Amino acid sequence: MKRLLSLIAISAALAFGGNALAQEKKADAPAAAPAAAASADAKPAEPAPAVPGAPAAAAPAAAPAAAPAPTPNKGDVAWLLTSTALVLLMSVPALALFYGGMVRSKNMLSVLMQVFVVFSLIVVLWCVYGYSLAFTEGNAYIGGLDRLFLNGTFDAAKGEFAMAATFSKNTPIPELLFVAFQATFAAITCALILGAFAERVKFSAVLLFMVIWFTFAYAPIAHMVWFWAGPDAYTDPKLVDGLNAKAGLIWQWGALDFAGGTVVHINAGVAGLIGAYLVGRRVGFGKEKMTPHNLPMTMIGASLLWFGWFGFNAGSALEANNFAVLAFMNTFLATACAVLSWIFFEWMFKGKPSMLGAASGAVAGLVAITPAAGNVGIPGAFAIGLIAGAVCLWGVSGLKKMLKVDDSLDVFGVHALGGILGAILTGVFNSPALGGPGFTADWVTGTVIKAADYSIVSQVITQAKAVGVTVIWTGIVAFIAYKIADLVIGLRVPEEEEREGLDITAHGESAYN
Amino acid sequence: MKLVTAIIKPFKLDEVREALSAIGVQGITVTEVKGFGRQKGHTELYRGAEYVVDFLPKVKIEAAIKSELLDQVIEAIEKSANTGKIGDGKIFVFDLEQVVRIRTGETGAEAL
Repeated sequence: MKRLLSLIAISAALAFGGNALAQEKKADAPAAAPAAAASADAKPAEPAPAVPGAPAAAAPAAAPAAAPAPTPNKGDVAWLLTSTALVLLMSVPALALFYGGMVRSKNMLSVLMQVFVVFSLIVVLWCVYGYSLAFTEGNAYIGGLDRLFLNGTFDAAKGEFAMAATFSKNTPIPELLFVAFQATFAAITCALILGAFAERVKFSAVLLFMVIWFTFAYAPIAHMVWFWAGPDAYTDPKLVDGLNAKAGLIWQWGALDFAGGTVVHINAGVAGLIGAYLVGRRVGFGKEKMTPHNLPMTMIGASLLWFGWFGFNAGSALEANNFAVLAFMNTFLATACAVLSWIFFEWMFKGKPSMLGAASGAVAGLVAITPAAGNVGIPGAFAIGLIAGAVCLWGVSGLKKMLKVDDSLDVFGVHALGGILGAILTGVFNSPALGGPGFTADWVTGTVIKAADYSIVSQVITQAKAVGVTVIWTGIVAFIAYKIADLVIGLRVPEEEEREGLDITAHGESAYN
Repeated sequence: MKLVTAIIKPFKLDEVREALSAIGVQGITVTEVKGFGRQKGHTELYRGAEYVVDFLPKVKIEAAIKSELLDQVIEAIEKSANTGKIGDGKIFVFDLEQVVRIRTGETGAEAL
């Protein structure tokens, strides 16, 4: 533990030192940022539209001196502020309670603590370097360091806020708002992983793993999927290729991920699965009873997740517009469908419809509709919800038995599987022929693809490629990160401590007295 | 003196207590217990994990009584705790050597 603390101290010192350097450098060359932002000379045409996460760095600053810069719409700002707070609610307390209710009472606080602290840790790292790596211009895989410590998002001397792009031209939002919104995504993604190795992992090892995985898996994948120059830069067909080339790899392919099927759920789900294998099974797994200690808390957690998810999905439109409404409705409907489908299949094949089943079905539906939220129409929401309930039920029962893994809270069965399903079906139900909105085929004119030109097959292939890259990337990074945490600290608590429970042995307190 | 111990279904506790009071039993001790008998347990299913719960919750009551009351007590418990379904429980009877009331030091039947 002391070793870990000193590690943290050293890295903090380095980070702050780095920031000081960055500040000095900035003083030397104050004009650097705007110059880089001159991406206004390149414009793209063919990629997908509903990709959230428009980067701020490049697009807005490029506004020519002549026209006055557009100001943010107050409705957009208000909605995104609200959405950000809603996504915070999804982690603490919603996810913490959802997970906490499913573990044994002796480990309740350890789960709450891990979610609470990992969330906080990632928000801090996000503001130190994560945002910059994910959402500034770099190469197709990772961004740059222009925004270290959120440098340049607010100019105190001039009292000016930098602007970030949305999905509509001349509709900026303050970049700091985009930073905050995306911070909650990064943080909840990391917190999701915790369910896979709950009840036996060492707290300090979790923190070290999260730092590594966040840096080398979350930030690059967010960049690959969501970084692009923003619609304002696309002013002339001649610029399109150049602008597209500056976007993230998966964005360039045209993969659709509205709110994080790949970036959040597949990413976390696969990292969780690797963790469950490497940390190993809980002592007594398969022999002793490991029943959820408080399903009412799990139900409250799932319900708050549903509530908060409106911010996650509808907020990902980045504007308070029609696509936010579509995402909102789809999030509503698909989740309800998944609850019904999960419990009816459970009823049919296992005898009884269960509360845990209903709560799990809701989460499965939410996960699956995430990449599709603003990318499919109402028929898509019905289909994705109904399929997700059934498939994820299989994920936590049949598939889990085949994998022979102790993924304690089914992070893989629900999040990875639901995420993959949602990502693939997004390619199907995005098609205007199936009631979907299609995607923007030409950002210069803002033209949406014609129904006749839409190929479900090719879009599904694109989606599958995005899924494949995410699975492989996060799998490799997670494997290495666990190995490092194991070597430096050790992943597991000793067996005695595991038997006594992590609440007492790791945190020195009991959930219930 | 006799000590009567009965294992009954938890929801029958009030009826049994009333029946015993009615025939003059002065006090009983109640414990929540778990156990198994012919009723067996049940199965719980949490997502993919299935657990057989062998031990079911029951209530154990203990009453120390005068020997002459025994038949009435047994009858009272038998009637009041009966549902006719499996799992109604059992009654055990022991000889009781000595009883002491702590406050006064009384012993034997006077202390009951």
